[in-house]
Amino acid sequence: MVQGKAHKYPDNVDTDVIIPARYLNTASHKELAAHCMEDIDKDFVKNVRPGDIIAAGWNFGCGSSREHAPIAIKESGVACVIAKSFARIFYRNAINIGLPIFECEAAGSAIENGDEVAVDYNTGVITNLTKHETYQAQPLPEFIQHIVDKGGLLKSLQ
Amino acid sequence: MGMTMTQKILAAHAGLDRVEAGQLIMAKLDMVLGNDITSPVAINEFEKAGFDSVFDKTKISLVMDHFVPNKDIKAAQQAKQSRMFADKYDILNFYDVGEMGVEHALLPEKGLVAAGDCVIGADSHTCTYGALGAFSTGVGSTDMAAGMATGQCWFKVPAAIRFELSGALSGHASGKDVILHIIGKIGVDGALYKSMEFGGPGLASLSMDDRLCMANMAIEAGAKNGIFEVDEITRAYMDGRTQHAYTVYAPDADAEYERVIEIDLSAVRPTVAFPHLPENARTIDEAAAADIAIDQVVIGSCTNGRLSDMAAAAAVLRGKKVAKRVRAIVIPATQQVYRDCIRLGYTDIFLDAGCVVSTPTCGPCLGGYMGVLAEGERCVSTTNRNFVGRMGHPTSEVYLASPAVAAASAVAGKIADPGKIAE
Repeated sequence: MVQGKAHKYPDNVDTDVIIPARYLNTASHKELAAHCMEDIDKDFVKNVRPGDIIAAGWNFGCGSSREHAPIAIKESGVACVIAKSFARIFYRNAINIGLPIFECEAAGSAIENGDEVAVDYNTGVITNLTKHETYQAQPLPEFIQHIVDKGGLLKSLQ
Repeated sequence: MGMTMTQKILAAHAGLDRVEAGQLIMAKLDMVLGNDITSPVAINEFEKAGFDSVFDKTKISLVMDHFVPNKDIKAAQQAKQSRMFADKYDILNFYDVGEMGVEHALLPEKGLVAAGDCVIGADSHTCTYGALGAFSTGVGSTDMAAGMATGQCWFKVPAAIRFELSGALSGHASGKDVILHIIGKIGVDGALYKSMEFGGPGLASLSMDDRLCMANMAIEAGAKNGIFEVDEITRAYMDGRTQHAYTVYAPDADAEYERVIEIDLSAVRPTVAFPHLPENARTIDEAAAADIAIDQVVIGSCTNGRLSDMAAAAAVLRGKKVAKRVRAIVIPATQQVYRDCIRLGYTDIFLDAGCVVSTPTCGPCLGGYMGVLAEGERCVSTTNRNFVGRMGHPTSEVYLASPAVAAASAVAGKIADPGKIAE
């Protein structure tokens, strides 16, 4: 179970705004996190607190395959991302590096910027404490849940 | 129910007789690709996980193309890390300055990928090789690391959308216009998680360069892969070029498609995607009428940096001058294309017109270097993405178009119809 403040974004948040390519000359997680969401929300890095969540619309993480995008989000302290849907490479990358993600249309619609949100990782139940609502996220397929439980793809192979 | 091309290739690589949409499988890989941005992250993960060998040194390609020739010290460090890894594991297909090209132009040109292959690449435009009838998809660096170590990757078998092509391209319309038209129709998540399968009698009017361009942008509709049926044009391209035997898969007559979309190629007009999504497609007539003054033109990339792209740009620019205050940057995608541009006189045409001609690099497409945009500047680009800040400042704008439209716009100083640039 995690609980934090929601940072809300629209549909089609692309990996270029999550981490602009001008910062891809490094693989340092800390340096990437310092520029997370910079081109869509320049105050994100200043405002984000450990345990916060990102909520968004359709097709979150579309565009480039850069794993730097989920890395930057995870390193910035964000506990999980909730979206109506995820672009497929971002989806794989998040699972592979151990950034929890939840696909939930109702939550992606209802959660507003600044809402206090709790997520139960075991049940996929998302609770909006500000609005007194709950939403049910899609469960992960068993095969993918196994990767998550092991802490990422490479650990699941060992 | 029968299988699509993609499903057949995945079944064969998973050692199964048949697969169906939604099934999770483990597939054997014929090629694992990385570049100078994604490989360092993969190498870090590979080493952190304690792997000490690669599955097959002939089936890994590392292409230094994004920030190479090195744009700054950090980029130089990343290329150096990739180079050292290639040396340590004796990676045969390591392409550095002097041999490299933009990865998705280079691998087909070198014959490293072919029909029936199962390919992953830590670059979203890896879907390009579907033009050859391969299953090819973009993944992240951790998948690349696992692929290099084990030679396998997990996939969820995709459902498919069939694009039934009829008619023939006319005038200045190209594969780029077809794919922008399609993305405009179905949207940037219109094919999310799915295959885009292209076939039908219209294939005959699409060159390999048109097909490579179209498959390249399947990801811009959210697709897992784009794939073309193999015909004589594909075979003519592959024969004498591919470095391994290939297998041609055709879709079953009763293959299941979620949707079938008919595209009449003869009706496709040159098309421009307006900021800030590739789905904001407008015909050249609408785009030119909007009277959009521009600051820069880029002609190149994994989408449109091949020889026929250079030919289309040269045909428009021959005897013309780039408008004052417009920077026109031409980037042949590989050393071979670069050499052919010189041999065929295209380079002279570009230089006479006032363009700059660069060594291959992805540089400006992703706002890396070699053409970064300032605040509020506008660029017509033959690349594949026009997201906020993609080519530079967050307030700059990118208009995606074909080489012919980009060249005409360079001459006019605003978005222009290549059919209306005076002889």
